[in-house]
Amino acid sequence: MQAPVELRGVSFAYGSGELRRLVLREVDLRVEPGEIVILTGPSGSGKTTLLTLIGALRAMQQGSARVLGQELMGAGEAARVRLRRRIGFIFQNHNLLGFLTARQNVAMALELDGALSERERLARAGAMLEAVGLAEHSEKHPAQLSGGQRQRVAIARALAGGPGLILADEPTAALDKQTGQEVVRLLRDLAKGRGVPILLVTHDPRILDLADRIVAMEDGRIVQGAPERAR
Amino acid sequence: MNEIPAPAALLPWAPERTGEAAPAPERRPPAALAELGLALRLAWRQLRAERARLATAIAGVMFACVLVFMQLGFKGALFDSATNLLQALRADLFLWHPLTEASFRPERMPRSRAHQALADPEVVRAIPVYLAQLPLRNPETGTKRAVQVIGFDAAAGALRFPGIEQVAEALTRPDTFAFDLRSRPEFGPLPRLFNERGPFMVELNGRAMELVGLVEIGPSFGADGNVVMSEVNFRRVFERRPSHIDLVAIQLAEGADPAAVQARLRALLPGDVSVLTHAELVQKERRYWEDGTPIGFIFLFGSVMGLVVGMVIVYQILFADIAGHLGEYATLKAMGYTDGYLARVVLGAALILAVVGFIPGFLLCLFLYDFVAGATFLPLVMTAERALGVFLLIFGMCFAAGLLAIRKLRDANPADMF
Repeated sequence: MQAPVELRGVSFAYGSGELRRLVLREVDLRVEPGEIVILTGPSGSGKTTLLTLIGALRAMQQGSARVLGQELMGAGEAARVRLRRRIGFIFQNHNLLGFLTARQNVAMALELDGALSERERLARAGAMLEAVGLAEHSEKHPAQLSGGQRQRVAIARALAGGPGLILADEPTAALDKQTGQEVVRLLRDLAKGRGVPILLVTHDPRILDLADRIVAMEDGRIVQGAPERAR
Repeated sequence: MNEIPAPAALLPWAPERTGEAAPAPERRPPAALAELGLALRLAWRQLRAERARLATAIAGVMFACVLVFMQLGFKGALFDSATNLLQALRADLFLWHPLTEASFRPERMPRSRAHQALADPEVVRAIPVYLAQLPLRNPETGTKRAVQVIGFDAAAGALRFPGIEQVAEALTRPDTFAFDLRSRPEFGPLPRLFNERGPFMVELNGRAMELVGLVEIGPSFGADGNVVMSEVNFRRVFERRPSHIDLVAIQLAEGADPAAVQARLRALLPGDVSVLTHAELVQKERRYWEDGTPIGFIFLFGSVMGLVVGMVIVYQILFADIAGHLGEYATLKAMGYTDGYLARVVLGAALILAVVGFIPGFLLCLFLYDFVAGATFLPLVMTAERALGVFLLIFGMCFAAGLLAIRKLRDANPADMF
């Protein structure tokens, strides 16, 4: 079957003319269904840029990227926005809306789906918060939650829409060691349980053992863990 | 290491460790109206979260609202009052010198024009009217102030001010006049004194005259008060040649077409008079005050300034809300919310501010209109059209502020979130 993420010969550069700086050179990457891939490497190695390309947050420049069956090379803004709705994002900072409760924040991921009523949305958001162990905090605002709890709300939000892919960028950066591990383990368990692949960018060596596969990048190239077929 | 313990609570829709990618769920975009509702709700929740900021925004909208209402109210009241005297004239057609700009400064025309107008078979009466401003002495304080004097044959019944019938008989006596009970109080408590002790003597243009009754006209821009008397008395108190008059009021036969008679009179009379209907007369007077004086512009300017200040305040609030939540807006974009949706959230916030600012502003203005009308004797009245008009202006103001603030949304770039 088709892999959720399949990149071939992806190159990307910032700037133009003499200031042009190539940050991705001919990257090939494949993420299998249900696979958890950690993308690691020094800062400036291009891993975050790669993540924004896969997340359809940036327009492609060169190469081919099929994400959840959608070819991103040459895809317009509208197609990219549609694809983003099928991807769960987890950011370094939780980026929850401060004026909404945890449950309303999670429900925001469902408001783009016209098939659900308000009641169904809140019920699903509540179930999702229960799954991340925050059932009794669902009516609290982000300011009333700890860092780990906020990141767990963000995980619930990323998963609530039933995404086909989770993209996470340094999800443990703002957390202490233990909380960070707990949060990533929770993310992994939930994703595994639902067969959702995860592509996670991190520097954090403490969470590397949670991955199915580790891909290391340097200077815009994948230097280790290059595409493997059918595991 | 790949052996994963099953999560404690599996979600009802989770394909349990099937190893397959989760099937892309069926999605249909929300109905446009439902989506608008959600955007409005998000906008309201965001506004509500910052009480102080919301209060500032409401105060800004209220400020604009009150300013515009008061400016329009004053403007309307002044222009209404400017035409008080002419509004009170009840006749079908009027003759008036073409060079006359306003009733307080009339050009004179030959009295014979009134007689000439009678040549038309459908003209029943042509009543000459004298207009002048003369000093009236306040019987209590002794100060003098100019009053608008209207001299005409009260018995003819062409000028039907309320109350004129009761005094028409008395006005035929020498040196008598009737006073406008709605005149400004600077002329002294003449209506009260008259009601208490009946007719008494007042000095008008240096001549002792008897106040014999009260009529109701209302003060205006050009005149603080009005006095009505017979044309004979007018010529007596204001020494002037009777052959020159200021206005002719024409009454037509029952069933006559004023437009047809107007056309015939225009053809008949020489070029030193213009023939006007009552509406045209009032309109001409009003236009003088609106266009011929800076008054209209002053009020327009005041209204525009109110709207500009209100818009800047609303813009600042919306801008601060976006700038303070750039990360959240970028996250929403990453989640698949379109630029258009977020623009609707911002515009929704603007329109909510318009409504929640307008309502208290409107109520405050109802009170202020009463208060100011009591203090200035100007007819400040809240009409439905004005309320609706100001609401639309405030709505437009907030909408414009929202459109300006939307540009800030461009800075919310989801690619920068990683």
